[in-house]
Amino acid sequence: MLTNFKRIIKSGWISLRRDGELALATVFILVIAISVVTSLFLSKEMSQFLIYNLQEKVDVSVYFKESATEEEILDLKDELAKMEEIKEIDYVSEEQAYQNFVSKHESEQIIMESLEAIGENPFLASLSIKAWKTSQYGTISSFLEHPSFENLIEKVDYYQRKPIIERIFSLTGIINKAGIFLSVLLVIAAILVAFNTIKLAIYNSREEIKIQRLVGASNWFIRGPFLIQGTIAGIFAALIGLAVFSLVCWLLSPKIEFFFPGLNLFGIFTNNLGLIFLIQLATGLGLGIISSTIAIRKYLRV
Amino acid sequence: MVKFQNVTKIYPGHAAGPATVALEDVSFEVKPEEFVSIVGRSGAGKTTLLRLLLAEEKPTRGQIFFDDIDVHKLPSNRLPQLRKKIGAVFQDYKLLPNKTAYENIAYVMEVIGLSDKEIARDVPEVLEIVGLKDRTNNFPTELSGGERQRVAIARALIHRPEVILADEPTGNLDPYHTLDIIRLLLKIQEMGTTVILATHDKETINRLGKRVITLEEGRIIRDEEKGRFIL
Repeated sequence: MLTNFKRIIKSGWISLRRDGELALATVFILVIAISVVTSLFLSKEMSQFLIYNLQEKVDVSVYFKESATEEEILDLKDELAKMEEIKEIDYVSEEQAYQNFVSKHESEQIIMESLEAIGENPFLASLSIKAWKTSQYGTISSFLEHPSFENLIEKVDYYQRKPIIERIFSLTGIINKAGIFLSVLLVIAAILVAFNTIKLAIYNSREEIKIQRLVGASNWFIRGPFLIQGTIAGIFAALIGLAVFSLVCWLLSPKIEFFFPGLNLFGIFTNNLGLIFLIQLATGLGLGIISSTIAIRKYLRV
Repeated sequence: MVKFQNVTKIYPGHAAGPATVALEDVSFEVKPEEFVSIVGRSGAGKTTLLRLLLAEEKPTRGQIFFDDIDVHKLPSNRLPQLRKKIGAVFQDYKLLPNKTAYENIAYVMEVIGLSDKEIARDVPEVLEIVGLKDRTNNFPTELSGGERQRVAIARALIHRPEVILADEPTGNLDPYHTLDIIRLLLKIQEMGTTVILATHDKETINRLGKRVITLEEGRIIRDEEKGRFIL
């Protein structure tokens, strides 16, 4: 048993070495398949990051009448905090709003001059509210529109922002769906290409397989070396894939961060290194072994 | 040992030509340790007969027994057990193209499950017997027809099978090597192996003085204990 196993491994390794060109082609195709799967993983991570960031920027602000005291506002804040839909509430006082505005527009002379011309603080105190999900803003704003708050609240800016919020909501949904559809398509294409390459490689050996059957080799003794070759090719392809992606992520990362601040591709890559390598190894080994097994079956019928 | 019972083999016709009858109602028996030659013109059905015994193909009708086992009732996963008992020399050699002469012979021993020690001991010996000692590490494409044939013969007898099926084993050999190989087959038979030899080499058959089965157009027309090559 052990001798057989040793012989199968040795035989697989020797034929891989003797047919180097074919082995190289197989590894190359597997690298492509692995790259497709890895890119999908990375783009999924990246789009999740972007969608999350986009949703993070969405909030609803409630502006209070000048007559409202800080105490009344903070009472409302505490009440709102009890709502399940709400993730975060920030209180911005009149002074703070003024300071925020000044620090934001410090360098813009015209704006600063017009602010001075007003003579007093034109800003209202507000609560900025973040929900867990974009779809929850509607509930929150209808709560705030309750008549009991009428003499406290100047306006809720949900209706001004509603179209944008809804558009972001539907856009992220579309991106997700399109992403899944495209991923499935690409993965199927990659698998088919890899499968056919391996099928051709084994077609090349069909005469050999027949001879091995005729001299009395068992199916496992014949299949074994091919599976070993598939395994070795899969491992090599996964290692190459990892190296290629390390380099690509490292090179592209600064450029991507330039367009999407805070999106660190190389960081995503290194944080998920273990998972990525596992995915690559599983793709390489899975394709190598499963394709060989299916392709070889036909020729074992002698 | 080996029994053919009313065996008929018809290759189905296709667009390019009609069906071919390769064997028609063939029956004979080979006893253990017998030396049987099967003679006939090209296309008489010699190769088909050996192929059926090795279960490379299925008969259209009839049964073939090896040690009282119906060869064509064996499931695919038990065929290796049958084939391990048979050493076959194929007309087209059927050497593994990616293995050297040494590895081709060693492969059969590995299949049987012999130890590395036995392989290292026997393979060089048999290569010496067939006169290929200095061709050990050559691939089949680097060998001449006669050399390939001798590797095929060495592979067929290395694991001391119960039966040797030899399909034109001397077809590509010069008279000197032909004589050597026939002597070798005779010696193996004397040591207790059944030999079935398919050939159209008149000289060889007439010199042997063993049983001869003559095939013509797929039928047995003669089966003589001390036969001669008559067509």
